[in-house]
Amino acid sequence: MHFSFAALLRQAFTGNAWPQQWRSPEPRTAYDVAIVGAGGHGLATAYYLAAEHGIRNVVVVEKGWLGGGNTGRNTTIIRSNYLQDASAALYEHALKLWENLSQTLNYNVMYSPRGVLMLAHNDHDVRVFRRHVHANRLAGIDNEWLTPIETQRFCPPLSISRDLRYPVLGAALQRRGGVARHDAVAWGYARAASALGVDIVQNCEVTGIRRDASGAVAGIETTRGVIAAPKVAVVAAGHTSVVMAMAGVRLPLESYPLQALVSEPIKPVLPCVVMSNTIHAYISQSDKGELVIGAGTDAYTSYSQSGGLHVVTHTLEAICELFPAFRRLRMLRNWGGIVDVTPDRSPIIGLTPVPGLFVNCGWGTGGFKATPGSGQVFAASVARGEPHPVAAPFALDRFHTGRLIDEAAAAAVAH
Amino acid sequence: MLLIFCPYCGARPESEFRYGGAAHIVRPADPAAVDDAAWTAFLYLRDNPKGRHAERWRHIHGCGRFFNCLRNTVSDRIIATYPVGVARPDVT
Repeated sequence: MHFSFAALLRQAFTGNAWPQQWRSPEPRTAYDVAIVGAGGHGLATAYYLAAEHGIRNVVVVEKGWLGGGNTGRNTTIIRSNYLQDASAALYEHALKLWENLSQTLNYNVMYSPRGVLMLAHNDHDVRVFRRHVHANRLAGIDNEWLTPIETQRFCPPLSISRDLRYPVLGAALQRRGGVARHDAVAWGYARAASALGVDIVQNCEVTGIRRDASGAVAGIETTRGVIAAPKVAVVAAGHTSVVMAMAGVRLPLESYPLQALVSEPIKPVLPCVVMSNTIHAYISQSDKGELVIGAGTDAYTSYSQSGGLHVVTHTLEAICELFPAFRRLRMLRNWGGIVDVTPDRSPIIGLTPVPGLFVNCGWGTGGFKATPGSGQVFAASVARGEPHPVAAPFALDRFHTGRLIDEAAAAAVAH
Repeated sequence: MLLIFCPYCGARPESEFRYGGAAHIVRPADPAAVDDAAWTAFLYLRDNPKGRHAERWRHIHGCGRFFNCLRNTVSDRIIATYPVGVARPDVT
């Protein structure tokens, strides 16, 4: 069904239950493309394969439930003010898609460009962020520098007291940045892809990758049977190393727990997104009223989907220092996701040494913001068998050639 | 927070330690002699296993020494810690 005001009225007065928004078919034995992982990136890849490349004989297999991994666990921040040209181009490509995504998918993803503030707490931060601002403006991406007073005017609950352990010395502001509803992104892409003929199979774990005599990919083995496919696209986030090992491919990835938490819901108080890389605090307010808070990664690799309490405590201490009014709030839930981190903190998108096997991974702590752009350039790479121009710098072979895209140094910790 | 048994100081909280990545990665004796693929593997490629992982830790707020640790990355349970230079223990 098509969502519109008329459809809403009709549904309200007829009292019928809303129909299921995507099909849940049994997997067939063969497809043109098999995508491993039904998170935002995997579903977006399926959607753009069908919508822009006419490849509709596609299956998306998911070991758990749709959008139940990092898509449902992140803090939904969207921005594109990255330092390196290749990164800025990739994330700006995504941001432009975000702006019309609800209309494209006919599904409200609740994209809210409310502005992302990145706080500077010391001289080094100030210089780095001003450099980012200049680099972004040269690249045609909006980013501006705010003084402490301008920062507080934009975000009234923020304390700019000089007595803070880490005082606010200013902030970089991207006004087009903001948040979107993470579940709606996965559901919207699933619905649109399913309508175009893509099969989405949940509770279907990949147990092996089949290769033919020449070494090329022949299909996948799953807990629901063997699926033949000449192209397999792995979009498995924190579990990418595990899946790719089935094809004998080692990747420059390490998987770390990344935690987030939400407070009890309160009336609207925080008008924008506030990030502080220096003290590991990322906060915004959801439309339900909960404060959504992101922490840093744990120190060690893990697949446990939980992390140390001291890591979130560190973040909450920073939040309480920056926002004294939040000190009495209670936290409702705390969870972890497993993020796959590359040595240069930039993603890997495209071809692998195995013919027919493609990978989209390494998004680390900040993949949500790239979801539409990632899906679109990866779908183009899978369809054509060669990297999309925006994705080309993010090829796996950059670790071989040495052309790293060093966002590790540029952003220090988080994206 | 993990409770980590330093082979030199005994059991201490994780906050006294710094993680050092995968263990038993040997730097090629003559870097100029290896090809790019081998060098890439040494620098960047990691097994990143779901299960047992041999890793380095450093007791930075204690004795300051590096040691190795065998840990299950699903349960985060530490199976053994052992000094640098000792082979990975074959614990069942």
